[in-house]
Amino acid sequence: MWSALTAWFHRLASPPHFYRFAGRLIPWLTGITVLLLLVGLYRGLVIAPADYQQGESYRIMYVHVPAAWMSMFIYMVMAVAAAIGLIWKIKLAEIIAHSAAPAGAWFTFLALATGSLWGKPMWGAWWVWDARLTSELILLFLYLGFIALQSAIPDRQAAARAGAVLALVGVVNIPIIHFSVEWWNTLHQPATLTKLGRPSMHPSMLWPLLIMALAFKTYFFTTLLVRARSEVLERERDSVWVHDVLTGIPAERSPL
Amino acid sequence: MSSLAAFFHMGGYAFYVWSAYGLALVVLTIHLVNTLQQGQRVRRELMRRLRHGRTTP
Repeated sequence: MWSALTAWFHRLASPPHFYRFAGRLIPWLTGITVLLLLVGLYRGLVIAPADYQQGESYRIMYVHVPAAWMSMFIYMVMAVAAAIGLIWKIKLAEIIAHSAAPAGAWFTFLALATGSLWGKPMWGAWWVWDARLTSELILLFLYLGFIALQSAIPDRQAAARAGAVLALVGVVNIPIIHFSVEWWNTLHQPATLTKLGRPSMHPSMLWPLLIMALAFKTYFFTTLLVRARSEVLERERDSVWVHDVLTGIPAERSPL
Repeated sequence: MSSLAAFFHMGGYAFYVWSAYGLALVVLTIHLVNTLQQGQRVRRELMRRLRHGRTTP
């Protein structure tokens, strides 16, 4: 069982297999993403009742909270992939880390901006320098630093290594973001789902949140696979299999 | 007020709610377009290399 799993993993990590496997997965992921987005938006904007304290403004939660979850989730994907690339020199892991960063930066920006749009009517302020908001802003800078660092180093291996070190050092920020609402005084409301005991949200409000969170996840994985596929193609451009992919004919029968 | 108007009114929070959803749409679209354009750029460049015969596998 274990050896079958590792064998599958090694096969997947080989660029041509990944290229084909991801290519088959992308249409399915796209369809699931569209479906989840439509259902999530409908249930979140139309079906879910208004909040007894925050009225209709709480509906911002259905984009804000999934975006904030994604900002941390993508960082962990990026950091783990970067670590695998650093330790085992697996090129595909480096590619995954590099391809995950832009989506992470965008979701972090979205979490901050929608939080601002929620904070203004509820707190009376677009921004406060509390621990949650500040650590999330630092997360945005970590993503931007990772992207800038990798694009500034022309040598691919050195770029991957430097990016991995930055990503791993930045991991310390993730628990700080998560626990910031418990460790420091803040206006930001505490976690509703992960606190001990049962979630304190009614199912009619909870389901759209979970569906939207899943939709953002499948959206991320779709774009991640598209990006990683392109980068695999570029890095392997001198290999026979890329030649075959581009021409649609096996190399030995190719006129070129 | 019709129910559709009430829906767009969002209990007086229309600006904040629709700005948040609009922004989400814009962000997801920009990232998607960037992703697709990157793929097109790579494939165009590789096809160009191929035509100029610089790839000899």
